[in-house]
Amino acid sequence: MSDAAQTVNAAGQAPQDVRELAAALMEIDDLLVSCMRCGFCMGVCPVFGATMKEADVTRGKIALLENLAHEMIADAKGVNEKLNRCLLCGSCQANCPSGVKIMDIFLRARSIVIEYMGLSPVKKFIFRALLVRPKLFNGLLDLSGKFQSLFLKDASKVVGTSCAPLLNPLIGDRHFPALAKESFHAVLPSLNSPAGKSGLKVAFFPGCVADKIFPNVAHASIKVLQKHGVGIYMPEGLVCCGIPALASGDRASYDALLRQNLKLFAAGSFDYLITPCATCTATFKEIWPKLTEKYSFVEREQIKKLHDKTLDITQFLVDVLKVELSEPENSGKRITYHDSCHMKKSLGLVAQPRKILKSLPGCQLVEMPEADRCCGSGGSFTLAHYDLSKQIGQRKRDNIVSVKPDMVAVGCPACMMQMMDMLSHNNDAIPVKHVIELYADSLS
Amino acid sequence: MAISPALGKEFMDIVGKDNVLTEETDRQAYSYDAAVLSPVVPALVVIPTNQEELGKVVKLAYENGLPITVRGSGTNLSGASIPEEGDGIVILTNRLNKILEINQEDLYAVVEPGVITAQFAAAVAQRGLFYPPDPGSQGVSTLGGNVALNAGGLRGLKYGVTKDYIMGMEIFDYRGELIKSGSRTVKYVTGYNMPALMAASEGTLGVFSNLIIKLVPPPKAAKAMMAVFDDINQASETVASIIAAHIIPCTLELLDKNCIKYVEADAKIGLPVEAGGILLIEVDGGHAQMVEEDAAKVMEICKKCGCSDIRIASNEEEKNKIWAARRNALPALARARPTTVLEDATVPRSQIPAMIKAVNEIAKKYRLEVGTFGHAGDGNLHPTILCDRRDKEEFHRVEQAVDEIFDVALRLKGTLSGEHGIGMAKAKWMEKETNRATIEFAKNLRRALDPKMLFNAGKKFV
Repeated sequence: MSDAAQTVNAAGQAPQDVRELAAALMEIDDLLVSCMRCGFCMGVCPVFGATMKEADVTRGKIALLENLAHEMIADAKGVNEKLNRCLLCGSCQANCPSGVKIMDIFLRARSIVIEYMGLSPVKKFIFRALLVRPKLFNGLLDLSGKFQSLFLKDASKVVGTSCAPLLNPLIGDRHFPALAKESFHAVLPSLNSPAGKSGLKVAFFPGCVADKIFPNVAHASIKVLQKHGVGIYMPEGLVCCGIPALASGDRASYDALLRQNLKLFAAGSFDYLITPCATCTATFKEIWPKLTEKYSFVEREQIKKLHDKTLDITQFLVDVLKVELSEPENSGKRITYHDSCHMKKSLGLVAQPRKILKSLPGCQLVEMPEADRCCGSGGSFTLAHYDLSKQIGQRKRDNIVSVKPDMVAVGCPACMMQMMDMLSHNNDAIPVKHVIELYADSLS
Repeated sequence: MAISPALGKEFMDIVGKDNVLTEETDRQAYSYDAAVLSPVVPALVVIPTNQEELGKVVKLAYENGLPITVRGSGTNLSGASIPEEGDGIVILTNRLNKILEINQEDLYAVVEPGVITAQFAAAVAQRGLFYPPDPGSQGVSTLGGNVALNAGGLRGLKYGVTKDYIMGMEIFDYRGELIKSGSRTVKYVTGYNMPALMAASEGTLGVFSNLIIKLVPPPKAAKAMMAVFDDINQASETVASIIAAHIIPCTLELLDKNCIKYVEADAKIGLPVEAGGILLIEVDGGHAQMVEEDAAKVMEICKKCGCSDIRIASNEEEKNKIWAARRNALPALARARPTTVLEDATVPRSQIPAMIKAVNEIAKKYRLEVGTFGHAGDGNLHPTILCDRRDKEEFHRVEQAVDEIFDVALRLKGTLSGEHGIGMAKAKWMEKETNRATIEFAKNLRRALDPKMLFNAGKKFV
């Protein structure tokens, strides 16, 4: 045991403050107790798949949380470290025979533990100073977009990544897509257009990664919506959906982000809320309604309404607009599709993106093995655990190249970044595209 | 007495620093398995990554008097992989996960003990062969664990269980010496039949280093059916009649009235909630025509025995639908209450109605919720008690009910456990099923192979 770890004292009691933490964790005891320790999560957990250590899989983490709540362990720091070795991909929950509400458990537990331990200074700065102030955040990044060429050199022209040797100590040896020269919001800060021939109007939320790194994805979405005669409501001042803050246990910033967005959504009138980011969609639809006990009645009602209206853009196209999709050709460019965790395991969307891909002229869909295995990104997981993230990503990369594709398609910008990093590191000349980009291209 | 830093270092010298887990948070994650029992935190977790390291670890631990519990995936339901109190260590074998050989000519495979059951079955299927044992945990369980617990599954009646597929093995004894037993041949009489002895030994006799596993050709055709009965006795009679007609279905699964209700409430798949029992039957074989004929005969028998409805799957999708009832049985029961106590008392198959009747009476007596499903062809039932282990009073009633369930099973000339194992959970009842002399005999055998009684000492025979 590490020297820093607090130990249970001779009387078998944990120190007072750990006991307070334990008492706070008892709030989720009803959720924890439903785990029957069958261990089926071992079969699907990407982190366990890489390390094969039980404390890295859901069953082990739930056991640790239970032991912390019942004062059988006092090493809160150690438990917190284990808790953070999780991508929140939801693979375990989707495969849990006893229906344990694992995402609830981990999100709540992270908040409770962080309340006790405190947030790291870097995260505090990002969440509390930047994310909740869109003007400052956007302004800073817009500026970086212009000056980044001073640090970056091309890592792979085909994949479209750069690396920043001078910044290695800070960000590791990542091959990342550069910040866009012009972010999406710099070109299109807001929009409020009436319904066209479809008779529908949607609220459009681009999401941070599509806004700042892949503006092409956001522009493609707008193009597709406009082409199909869909009115768009996109107010100025939208902020991050909140999941990075919540995943880091920063409940206060999450609440602030949620409220800021909620206010803007409530001010508009629209039929659906559409995003091209599976993570943002899943956050609005699945996470926002989960943690509402602190909110007012009105806020809860607004969240409930948004839950019903929120759709991923591919689902909107296929299920609501019922756009005409041509018959599959089964020849031409080989496209393989990665099921993002939030797309498949949170939203249950499997067929919709594939239907769109199959309809693309001159293309064929080839399935990779383990298409729904997590790519290892996990949002901020990859920042804190880059080695582990790379190890998980390598398996995804190996699965991708095994079907010799010309291109990888995906429905989540965060997965795009991760897969670009992996492919670029392996010198694979395989571009990564969002489904909506490919569909938008087929329209012109 | 705690493990000294010097001894800890010796383990690290064998397997590397990263493969000896000392942090409390790491060790606590090996304090339990899938049994509803109190956890015991191991003093150390050692993770060998090849067979040589495994032997050295066993030797070092044994010489230093450390109780040894070998763990694969820790999915057993009897506490067989919960470490021993005191200085008990866990030797984790999940990194020993190489399939060393699949021999298509001689129909066997050689594997390390940490290979995952379903992954092995898939690898074998890719070569056009078949490994039938399919325990419920096959997606995550290890083959070494399957042998140690002699895991069963749905195909037991026709294809047998894990023990029927072990042709040979290499074992590390308490000195860390490699012991060879069995052979790659169909016939073998040169040594003691060690593989048979090792099946269900629950880690009490030695440590598996590798396994020689028998493979068979896969069936060429299969047909699945679901038969609904108003009365559980009719279902039982049907099972007896099918076997009397010399048809051995590959699966013959039963859901009782309570279980049907739980499944339908949870999964809403259109099961008849008024039924007294459902049989899920699948026949298979090497010849499509024969399978068709068997299926027709089984349908006839079901009708003759008074089934109120029967469905036969004509394609893969319908087959999936039929099996959804069984797939959902444990999840539905597990979701109903926080704690799921899954038993596996087993009786001669003719005694199934008597057993189910007794289970329901016991549940009523102790005011408990219970649903029963299981392998009707084997008489291997899974009465599943639903409770909340935090409610001490209720859990005490559960323990009393489990006691009585075992009493009934033994009275009906059955056994404590068909496939889950004895472990810590049922060791105290072993004498009831056998007698004192049997326990002493087993302990003498153990002492000969484990003089310090360090191999999973608190399990099986105590």
